[in-house]
Amino acid sequence: MNADGTDTGRRRFLTATASVIGGIGAACVAFPFLASWAPSIKTRALGAPVEIDISKIEPGQKITVAWRGQPVFIVYRTPEELAGLNTLTSQLRDPLSKESEQPNYAGNVHRSIKPDFLVLVGICTHLGCVPLYKPVIGSVEAGWEGGFFCPCHGSKYDMAGRVYKGVPAPLNLPVPPYKFVSDTLLVIGDDSPAGVA
Amino acid sequence: MQMVIKSVIGWVDARFPLTKLWNDHLARYYAPKNFNFWYYFGSLALFVLANQIITGIWLTMNYTPTAEGAFDSIEYIMREVPWGWLLRYLHSTGASFFFIVVYLHMFRGMLYGSYKKPRELVWLLGMFIFLCLMAEAFLGYLLPWGNMSFWGAQVITSLFGAIPFIGDSLVEWIRGDYNVTGVTLNRFFSLHVIAVPLAFIGLVAFHILALHEVGSNNPDGVEIKKQTNADGIPLDGIPFHPYYTVKDLMGLAAFLFIFCSVVFFAPEMWGHFLEYPNFEPADPLKTPSHIAPVWYMTPYYAILRAIPNKLMGVIMMGASIGVWFLLPWLDRSPVKSIRYRGIYYKTALTLFVICFITLGYLGSHPPTPVLLLMARIGTLVYFSFFLLMPIYTTFDKDKPVPDRLSRA
Repeated sequence: MNADGTDTGRRRFLTATASVIGGIGAACVAFPFLASWAPSIKTRALGAPVEIDISKIEPGQKITVAWRGQPVFIVYRTPEELAGLNTLTSQLRDPLSKESEQPNYAGNVHRSIKPDFLVLVGICTHLGCVPLYKPVIGSVEAGWEGGFFCPCHGSKYDMAGRVYKGVPAPLNLPVPPYKFVSDTLLVIGDDSPAGVA
Repeated sequence: MQMVIKSVIGWVDARFPLTKLWNDHLARYYAPKNFNFWYYFGSLALFVLANQIITGIWLTMNYTPTAEGAFDSIEYIMREVPWGWLLRYLHSTGASFFFIVVYLHMFRGMLYGSYKKPRELVWLLGMFIFLCLMAEAFLGYLLPWGNMSFWGAQVITSLFGAIPFIGDSLVEWIRGDYNVTGVTLNRFFSLHVIAVPLAFIGLVAFHILALHEVGSNNPDGVEIKKQTNADGIPLDGIPFHPYYTVKDLMGLAAFLFIFCSVVFFAPEMWGHFLEYPNFEPADPLKTPSHIAPVWYMTPYYAILRAIPNKLMGVIMMGASIGVWFLLPWLDRSPVKSIRYRGIYYKTALTLFVICFITLGYLGSHPPTPVLLLMARIGTLVYFSFFLLMPIYTTFDKDKPVPDRLSRA
């Protein structure tokens, strides 16, 4: 208690407790406002897994499908293209996909469940442009082995979506979760075992 | 640490009047020490305004301002957007509470003569804020595109048709179509979320600036600036912060108990805050069987219906709001506070409050002959309160007003 009869200790205690309770209240009020920005029920429904019939894709051909509003590349690679993947290791930034984003079953050299079918999220890991599919040897520059080329800032990826050294993109193109329901039917966005999801 | 804070504030103060603003409006703004219950509603109105702006911003994120999409987007907000139901109920309940708080705030002004010299501009700016509030409420009410939204906008825009010569083309110009349609909805949305809120916030700033220039009135209606100490600080004044910030926080806590009870347990308020016909989409071919504005507009609506002539009804309804603006000049009493007023003003104010509430009741019920007669008497009392004020306040037997605050 100080000279003019004010109990400062009591006052400090009341200020502190009121501030703490008020702060908790403010945080509770803030929560619904922040949580409201999460995807709504409708958005989540629109982001549901998509099924793709892959029986019509020819060897060497790429198709693009939309999943959650993003382009997903499906490429039917030829045996020559698959064989070429092993020769590039020294030119790649992350040849074994240690840093990159993919499900465990795509952590191999060809980055896919079945070697011939490649599934990638077609968004450059640099700044989000959609890379171009350039399978023809020499089509981007001399010595080009085929792969993906980003027109925005010149990032280059091989036929498994692995990024080359010396380009702006830091990581390999991501692989989305996916599974084969049958030999010709692919599901993107769902990799749970049959009967679970 | 405190050294660092001090030097940062010093750096800012040399470039921006931060400490000066804080002192002028809070820490060294001296308010009369006898503020009572009625003085909560100014800060509460500010709080509800903040609530409306913030929840409004969030609602706009998911609302679709088209005739095709509006109704469904409200349902989408209610059912599918995370916490969307809470954001919407905070906004719709906030609209009604805005009027409750502002009506009580205005009543405070009438109790204690807060509109009288030198606070005429505070009152006028406040009245313009009230106009903005009514515009916001009316414009926002169309946005859910329910059947009551549609017919409310239909009726109110039709009022302008009563104006001679230009009426019909004016209505068409306001609606942007031959009827209230998606075109009208689009412009109302723009006005509701941008134009009127901008004016609103500017006027609130002016309202507070004007108030802080002349100083707050109080329940005694005594000018505390007339009695100061050697430093020029009013003897009966206390700094707004911390005394009234803490008091207002206490009032806010009590207010939130009531407000949240409605938001969580009775957001429709049995059809008074959210009218049931509005749960059906707008239908230009079918008027709801009983059409009435939301409760806060009903007194003026009752006056409109009480007049058996379309143009005169519209004029009287406009006048019923316009006459508030004249209050500082209609009141001729030298006394501000009800505490020192004579019996005439006390009686008149009591009758006015009864008549305002009665008109509000009548405006929300279908007009039967008896109710219509009551509405006509109510209209007469309503206008008599204002227009006879120069007479009865002149001859009132006011009591002597003390030099200093009487109690507290």
